[in-house]
Amino acid sequence: MAVYRIEVHPLHSSDDPTGAAVLAEIRQLGMAEVHAVRTARVFLLQAPPAALGEEQVRRIAHELLCDPVIERPVLGHEAPGSGRLIEVHLKPGVMDPVAASTEMAIGDLLDMSATNGEPAVQVRTGRRYVLAGHLTADAAALIARRLLANESIEQVYFEPLVPNEFPQGRSREFRRVEVPIRTLSPEELQSLSRRGHLFLDLTEMQTIQNYFRSLDRDPTDAELETLAQSWSEHCVHKTLKARIEFTHHPAADGAGDHHEHHAPGDTVQIIDNLVQSTIFRATSELARPWTLSVFRDNAGVMAFDDQYAVCMKVETHNRPSAIEPYGGAATGIGGCIRDVLGTGGGARPIACTDIFCFADPQTPGEQLPAGVIHPRRIAQRVVAGVRDYGNRMGIPTVNGAIYFDQRYIGNPLVFCGTLGILPRHLAAKGAAQPGDHIILIGGRTGRDGIHGATFSSDVVTDKHGDEFSHAVQIGNAITQKKMLDVLLQARDCSGGPLYHAITDCGAGGLSSAVGEMGEKTGATVELDRVPLKYQGLDYAEIWISEAQERMVLAVAPRNVAPLLELAAAEDVEATNIGVFDGSGRLTLHYQGHVVAVLDMNFIHGGLPRPTRKAVWQEPVLAEARRAEISSPRDYAATLTSLLATPTIASKHWIIRQYDHEVQAATVLKPLVGPDGDGPGDAAVLCPVPGSRRGLALAIGCQPRFGDIDPYQMALNGIDEAIRNVVCVGGDPAHTALLDNFCWPKCSDPIHLGALVLACQACYDGAKAFGTPFISGKDSLSNEFIAENGRRICIPYTLLISALSVVPDVSRCVTMDAKQAGDHLLIVGNTAWDMGGSYYWALEGHLGRCVPKVNLATAPQVHRIVAGLIHQGLVRCAHDLSEGGLAVALAEMLFAGRLGARVDLAAVPRAQNADADDVLLFSESPTRYLLEVSAEHFDTVVRSLRGLCFGVLGRITEQPNLVIRSAHAGYLMDEPVENFRRAWRGPLDWSV
Amino acid sequence: MESSNVRVLVLRSAGTNCDRELVLAFQKAGAEVVALHINRLMANPGQLADYQILAIPGGFSYGDDIASGKILANQLLRHLRDPLRRWVQDGKLIIGICNGFQALVKAGLLPGPMPQLSPDDLFTATLAPNSHARFEDRWVRLASQSNICKWIPAGRSLYLPIAHGEGRFLVRRPEVLAALRSNDQIVLQYVTADGMPAAEFPDNPNGSAAAIAGICDITGRVLGLMPHPERFTDSLVHPFWSRCARAPSPDGMEFFLHAVHFVRGGMAVTMKT
Repeated sequence: MAVYRIEVHPLHSSDDPTGAAVLAEIRQLGMAEVHAVRTARVFLLQAPPAALGEEQVRRIAHELLCDPVIERPVLGHEAPGSGRLIEVHLKPGVMDPVAASTEMAIGDLLDMSATNGEPAVQVRTGRRYVLAGHLTADAAALIARRLLANESIEQVYFEPLVPNEFPQGRSREFRRVEVPIRTLSPEELQSLSRRGHLFLDLTEMQTIQNYFRSLDRDPTDAELETLAQSWSEHCVHKTLKARIEFTHHPAADGAGDHHEHHAPGDTVQIIDNLVQSTIFRATSELARPWTLSVFRDNAGVMAFDDQYAVCMKVETHNRPSAIEPYGGAATGIGGCIRDVLGTGGGARPIACTDIFCFADPQTPGEQLPAGVIHPRRIAQRVVAGVRDYGNRMGIPTVNGAIYFDQRYIGNPLVFCGTLGILPRHLAAKGAAQPGDHIILIGGRTGRDGIHGATFSSDVVTDKHGDEFSHAVQIGNAITQKKMLDVLLQARDCSGGPLYHAITDCGAGGLSSAVGEMGEKTGATVELDRVPLKYQGLDYAEIWISEAQERMVLAVAPRNVAPLLELAAAEDVEATNIGVFDGSGRLTLHYQGHVVAVLDMNFIHGGLPRPTRKAVWQEPVLAEARRAEISSPRDYAATLTSLLATPTIASKHWIIRQYDHEVQAATVLKPLVGPDGDGPGDAAVLCPVPGSRRGLALAIGCQPRFGDIDPYQMALNGIDEAIRNVVCVGGDPAHTALLDNFCWPKCSDPIHLGALVLACQACYDGAKAFGTPFISGKDSLSNEFIAENGRRICIPYTLLISALSVVPDVSRCVTMDAKQAGDHLLIVGNTAWDMGGSYYWALEGHLGRCVPKVNLATAPQVHRIVAGLIHQGLVRCAHDLSEGGLAVALAEMLFAGRLGARVDLAAVPRAQNADADDVLLFSESPTRYLLEVSAEHFDTVVRSLRGLCFGVLGRITEQPNLVIRSAHAGYLMDEPVENFRRAWRGPLDWSV
Repeated sequence: MESSNVRVLVLRSAGTNCDRELVLAFQKAGAEVVALHINRLMANPGQLADYQILAIPGGFSYGDDIASGKILANQLLRHLRDPLRRWVQDGKLIIGICNGFQALVKAGLLPGPMPQLSPDDLFTATLAPNSHARFEDRWVRLASQSNICKWIPAGRSLYLPIAHGEGRFLVRRPEVLAALRSNDQIVLQYVTADGMPAAEFPDNPNGSAAAIAGICDITGRVLGLMPHPERFTDSLVHPFWSRCARAPSPDGMEFFLHAVHFVRGGMAVTMKT
């Protein structure tokens, strides 16, 4: 084999946008000694010497790899001159989409076709950086590690890489591995679970031990892995389904630890199945005719109109994103898209959402625990991952948010949501029929992502990056896009769908996908038929690999050939790997040997259900006294600081990197107003051409309230999500919710107690608002253990997503103020709800008095406001959330380039909320700010009778926010442009 | 009703993702539309005879690996060069939007042969990474100004979305720009609020030379543009329609209506001869 090296350099070193961007980041590290960064792309080609000569390499360089207008090729390598050279190459076996495409294009260019799927010329790619300036080798290494490479997937070189030969996987000699489990002691069982990365507890290991004792044999590694995957928290959500003994200490006495002993006044409750008795129960009791398929498929399905249904799923990909933020986030969105594609008879994805939780991006580097990537770097790479995957898939990313808290430092959260549309008659989950063939479609299988399901079920430590680098997956969006194109054709062709059932091959890989699909029928899989990326995987690895972009279909024998043909026509790999055989057993074959036989009943019904202890004790918190937080001397300055708080500040730098308009159905975009810089409350899509029926998508999330009361945290999240969809024109009577719990480890009874409270709030909220949950997911071990043993638990984080039908999108409104002279109204009551507020957070206070949702009155408020919007009586609506009335006013006005004169005396309030700062900054729930024209004013006021509301003042042409105290004098008269600038700055990472 | 059917071929490839809305846009303009995978066209280029308009939609063909549109361009060059040359000679139309524009430029079909340059001098322009090195989604103001382009008349002010990471139009040598100007090949420019060619971000969203957002070949029949007209064929996708007194007119439709109209007229002439 001969290896050739080609470098592609910018033609003019002055035109090197990548280099300029890297230089800017180096400057942020505080390294002034670098004065320029020159980048180049590196391609390594390998082929038999007879197949590839110098002339052909020259052609590849000039005609294919290099754009002659802006680039110049170098065959071999160029001397780095005075600078320090750093090269970054992917480690062997890591997905390299560019290399794969280049191999195909070279074949095209030189008329050399692939043989047996192996390209004539093999390609690897890398990046080259030359850092000009006087810097030490150590400094260069630091830059490489911090900014240029991620060593969990990439290798750094300080000289040009010219290998003699590409690393090749070698085929392994078959060896059937049995794990002697029957004789192990309890300690040995636990040690086996830990060593094998099975993440099963002792009871579970003993259940497996007893099963194999009864069979009188030991399990193979593949059998043990199958059980570990199928029984992982990630796949079966055993905590949420557990039997729980829940003790609630009513009031904190500030002393001692109540975990173990009951005290007088405690209530003790036995909860048989937490999620069943709260979230599922609400949905089933509400029994809305439009909930079509809930909690049984990859995504929840609700009716949209007579013809179509819509489905939604929100997933988290926290662990992979902590270790490799780009790949973790990209594969998070990728997996969620496949969930939607694999819902019912297959749905077409029409929108994505993304919500992140990070530590403060300004965190000084020296405060980072070892093994942790800097939060700003995580944020930028996560955004890049979502961007590159979502944009390539052609799915608009329309809604999102970011929450900042230092406790996310070792354990960031990355939530990805996908919305899909499908014909109504395909809403139900399909079932494999005995005799159906098992078709694996999409990407090839490699060692990537092994143990993702089990790994996500445990706590991250500072060593995880090394120990679990194989759990990191890199996506290839185009492989998935091609698969999507083919699957939708297989669904819609005459005689289609060509499959009985379809599912994602996600966590747990084939093991989970085939195991679940074959639960009722049994399945036999020929593992040697699975197409591999490279040689060297053993059968157990093939079975549990979480390689991306793969799906599994159950296909009747007569449809196998047509399906394989459709796939081949668009260069999509589809392989018949076995049959759903009606045996009730899972049987795996490899090279003529039986490597696993398990009863489906044991896989799906064998998991023991121990009783877990949960405790809630209200935390001991001090309410801040008035004396500690004096009223601001300068209200405008306080408001400016609030707007510059990262959680509140503008996310435009991120939003504009996502294509939020592809598919041409985004009727309300994430940024609104005449200059596209107002933070919209919800996005609206109009997915069916020719119809005016739409869908509003929004979220609610209040992690900081969870430090005070997880129950109210959850209710506030639900109320916020509903407010957001109502603000744009959503119908609260046709609104579905999704729950995503990210929690610290629930083996701690306190954390489990908090989870119980949050679930109970979900029940109460869903019932009161009439908004059923249709799908949910949990991630319950979000902790980081630092080098020094310090345990950092994330705040209780419940993300509520709301999906609401908009009867007529032409009635939608946005949050930007529209017209001078219009009236400004506030709807909803303001109370002393300062606990957890951003205003108090500015002073470092948490407080105790968390906002409380009044479930008796709130549903009516939402209904009436929604009615006003549907009737076209409201010109602009904005919800009051983080930062309260003041932030909502400022956002509404600067988005519309208008001002307002507002009198706080008109704010309806509780007796304890008379102070100006409370009226402006309290975060009481269920409140709206509405702009109403003079023409509709009387009608609106009549409709609001019976609710708490007040007429605050009027919109003014003069773009200033003028606020009059509820008592005497004026609190501010400030140009809204100052607020806009403060709000735009903190996360504008353009420079 | 129109008597002659205008038939449009929307060309798909791995990673195309704006094909559905492009099909709809041409249908709204009254055309018959077929979306075809490039594999099927390469297998049988003779199918081109059934169509009068070829449209290459936006997306990330082959992931935009190597460079945006490059691999698709390579396929067009290797497998469809002669049929496409004949297509243009026959008076038929081509539009490349966003990734389609990138592919047409990298295949040498745009700006195409120019009398000022040698006939082999085909790779004279490119669409480079945006000057701020990021993907950018935003709406831009545009002015149309070519009198030869069959897709859009001169003198229109348009408002359309862009969404790309590599849209910075650059030429290889200054005389290419001069030739584009003198041949009237500059079809669309990014403009400021007062209608002047935009030099600065965000009005010029990617740093394009001479604020160029779209160009045609010397026949005026092959158009490439970075903005997405197919995304604005309904008033309600305008970014602030809810504050407009009247429903904003969907500027994107202009391109599809003009092309269909041109083909109808053109075909009538062809049939007489």
